[in-house]
Amino acid sequence: MLMVFGYNLGPILGQGVLGVVNGAFYALLSLGLAVIFGLLNIINFAHGALYMLGAVVAWFLLNYLGIGYWPSLLIAPLIVGAFGVLLERTMISKLYKLDHLYGLLLTFGIALIVEGLARNQFGSSGLPYSVPESLRGATRLGFMIMPTYRLWVVVASFIICITTWLVLEKTPIGATLRAATENAALVQSFGVNVPRLVTLTYGAGVALAALAGVMAAPVYSVNPNMGSDVIIVVFAVVVIGGMGSILGSILTGFGLGLLEGFTKFLYPEASGVVVFVLMIVVLLTRPAGLFGKAS
Amino acid sequence: MEISRRSLLGSAALGTAAAALPLSRARAQAKPVIKIGVLNDQSGPYRDTGGLTSVECAKMAVAEFSAQMSGYTVEVLSADHQNKPDVGAGIARQWYDQGVDVILDVPNSGVALAVAGVAKEKNKVHINSGAATSDLTGPACNGNIVHWTYDTWMLAQSTGGATVKAGGDSWYFITADYAFGHKLEGDTTALIKAAKGSVKGSSSYPFPGTTDFSSYLLQAQNSGAKVLGLANAGGDTINSIKQAKEFGLTMDIAALLMFITDVNALGLEVAQGLHLTESFYWDMNDRTRAFTKRLLPRSPDNYPNMDHAGVYASALHYMKTVNKMGVAAAKADGKAAVAAMKALPTEDDCFGKGSIRADGRGMFHSYLFQVKKPSESKGKWDYYKLVQDSDPEHAWRPLADGNCPLIKS
Amino acid sequence: MNTTIWGFSRPQVVALLVMIALFVVAPMMVYPVFLMKVLCFALFACAFNLLIGYAGLLSFGHSAYFGMGCYLAAYGAKHWGLSAELCVLLGGSVAAGMGLVFGAIAIRRQGIYFSMITLALAQFTYFLCTQMSFTGGEDGIQQVPRPALLGVLPLTNDMAIYWVVVGVFLLGFFGIFRVIHSPFGQVLKAIRENEQRAISLGYRVEQYKLMAFVLSTFIAGAAGGMKSLVFGIATLSDVTWQASGTIVLTTLLGGLGTIFGPVVGAVIVNTLEFYLAPFGSWVTITQGVIFVACVMVFRRGVIGELGAKLKVAL
Repeated sequence: MLMVFGYNLGPILGQGVLGVVNGAFYALLSLGLAVIFGLLNIINFAHGALYMLGAVVAWFLLNYLGIGYWPSLLIAPLIVGAFGVLLERTMISKLYKLDHLYGLLLTFGIALIVEGLARNQFGSSGLPYSVPESLRGATRLGFMIMPTYRLWVVVASFIICITTWLVLEKTPIGATLRAATENAALVQSFGVNVPRLVTLTYGAGVALAALAGVMAAPVYSVNPNMGSDVIIVVFAVVVIGGMGSILGSILTGFGLGLLEGFTKFLYPEASGVVVFVLMIVVLLTRPAGLFGKAS
Repeated sequence: MEISRRSLLGSAALGTAAAALPLSRARAQAKPVIKIGVLNDQSGPYRDTGGLTSVECAKMAVAEFSAQMSGYTVEVLSADHQNKPDVGAGIARQWYDQGVDVILDVPNSGVALAVAGVAKEKNKVHINSGAATSDLTGPACNGNIVHWTYDTWMLAQSTGGATVKAGGDSWYFITADYAFGHKLEGDTTALIKAAKGSVKGSSSYPFPGTTDFSSYLLQAQNSGAKVLGLANAGGDTINSIKQAKEFGLTMDIAALLMFITDVNALGLEVAQGLHLTESFYWDMNDRTRAFTKRLLPRSPDNYPNMDHAGVYASALHYMKTVNKMGVAAAKADGKAAVAAMKALPTEDDCFGKGSIRADGRGMFHSYLFQVKKPSESKGKWDYYKLVQDSDPEHAWRPLADGNCPLIKS
Repeated sequence: MNTTIWGFSRPQVVALLVMIALFVVAPMMVYPVFLMKVLCFALFACAFNLLIGYAGLLSFGHSAYFGMGCYLAAYGAKHWGLSAELCVLLGGSVAAGMGLVFGAIAIRRQGIYFSMITLALAQFTYFLCTQMSFTGGEDGIQQVPRPALLGVLPLTNDMAIYWVVVGVFLLGFFGIFRVIHSPFGQVLKAIRENEQRAISLGYRVEQYKLMAFVLSTFIAGAAGGMKSLVFGIATLSDVTWQASGTIVLTTLLGGLGTIFGPVVGAVIVNTLEFYLAPFGSWVTITQGVIFVACVMVFRRGVIGELGAKLKVAL
């Protein structure tokens, strides 16, 4: 067994790999949140609840309509994204002229409603969602046995994150969106329907959260509390990464998963705290976050 | 003029609001009513362990006993403690203040300890059927509580003992981080050490709320221990076992606390071969089968486990005691009621003949079962084969070892 | 000319008298332990309101201070045998100490970043509480005795401790009121309305904010201490961010920046919790609906709307 600082490499790598799986979810979720906050200045506290909704919709599709995992990856985000669009059109857009904190309070309220309804329906310990046939089984990695499904989660979320970043940074529509957040009136005068763009972007951010939820269902089971368990961490990730920076969120998400994995090995009790310590340190030394632009 | 109008408005509004506030109950009844409160987890990881089936068991006991009730009626209430000690203690306090005489069930050792304290404070009765911590008959024992069904010492002795005897001499624990988990791990560790075995390590995980056990399972695998000891219950045990299979864990799994409802959720394919201990099995003998038959119409989804049976049996025993003491005496003094329960031998369809010891410990048989293979099972809920039957004298921790303040003095 | 009695305007005096009258009369009709819960949370809400309503600071992790107050008072009563008022003071002081340190960290940033830092610090506190042995982890500190007041007056009787709770509440309530109507309070309001202007006028804005923060956390900790003595238990539920959310709701519903708003908010929220608790998560759903309703159409809250209708400041 290779030894590093007196510890066997095998177990360290094992926890690191498991940590990256968690990191994949942090990255996906903070991506959606960063898009919504960074570009739209909306503090979407409902993000966790919408992630949970994605898992619930996937469960519903499987158990009531017989629709399996692969189609659900597309259908669930569409349904939840549409719900997000509805929320934005009916309520969130009315608050743009007010203090940002009202947006936070509104989405907090929405999160409570969605989670309460789910808890009433499903109890609070979760429902199982089986791994799809094609992703069952495991691979021997030498230092651990890695279930194929978790490997898929890491790869898939990596691809999704990079694709989103590319769309936002390198395509015309991404450029339009970024311009619209900086000077909406000017972009509107170019003939771009800015309110609709904002609505669709919110819907897209929500859809990303729901997609993470579908992918999480086989790993964490469909649990009404899964959103509230993770939302604060995801906010911390976005803040650490830099609230306007998509790349910052992705890197911080995966990085945090890795960091937590190592902490679980060295000092398990601290694994829940490490993200907040990191956030406080970052905010005091680099106020705009690791990759953010100082405003 | 303005002020008085405003103040009138204000007081009127506040008065209407006050009328909506929870009122203290008036106490004018025709026949005295014995109130039984069933407090358990109805929405979290223990909702199938106790939950609504426990409430039905209590109601069934009341219905069956109604012919023998001398001069009183019985009312059954229920509530969800959400696995939170402050919620459970708050409900217990309010129930006792508003006329409830005995609280039953209360799975979750943390909540049970809190409720036990409130029962003592208010001089009422608590008969616990769902929690495991052997501290309830140990340092935390008091004259107002009875611990029915099972406890961590009995589980360690039975399941733990059998695993060690079969060669499992090195263990790694995955423990729910609260009173129950720690006590179960502690009692089992004592047993392992006494048998000259070793504990390679343990991971405590946040309870409730953990659904992913992968990193703890990995640590267990890496420790090199032969046995994975699961010091948890309900949904957590189910998830731990499922994920252990997913990660190809090669260790033996000792599910220190498991109920037939958990085996049902796992399925025989996954659960076969596991050893577990319960003090009741629906298919044990004619009396238990008869009880189950009576219960099924009330609880069509769940066959009863030992927790449910304990609620039924403890409700019956309490009512028999009320008959003996007289309603007024039973309601007035919880400590006296518990003393009377200890003096009266117990008998019911679920546990047969038994008794309650001076420290509040219910003395019944404990059965070590092994889960059948799918081929051995004739149908749903036919899950167990009996491996060992420990009689009441040997299944429980000796009275002197408990450090119960009632016994020392 | 506005006539004031100790700084209370006439309508406010009326409201104050009504409130005190209700405190006297209510225990005869309503379960006293429930009333005490309302009072503790009302005091907590008043402390929170001091920050958000008058200083404009949304502390999203305020239950960390309330909860630590709960734990310290419970520990003091159970393990150190302190008398009741010392337990409450201990809770308040430790919470204020935390407020000093955490406040100093958080106040460096403004707006949403301030709120996020307070939230992160509260989560940090929550995780510390799960690990430290003195908090009892998931089981909490249980069977906390009710210590005597000043070492002599026993508080085991529910009505006895009720009057103490009323006393503590009124003390805190008056204290906050006086702060708001003092020169210090005026500066806070100026900072809330236009921070840049206040800075340009030469005020050391950070120091005022920190002072308000420490004051608020002291009172929140004292309220928590009182609560754990009444219920005899201190658990993790008191330090969760969901508990912080509830106090935001309470204050928002009652009316941000009003004097009596937090009290009314506490009555409504706790009554709802009481009636809806048997029905599973309907408490959470209702809280969510009230949040949404308040933000969209009812921004001034109950007392705020009442005050606007009657054209007075309540």
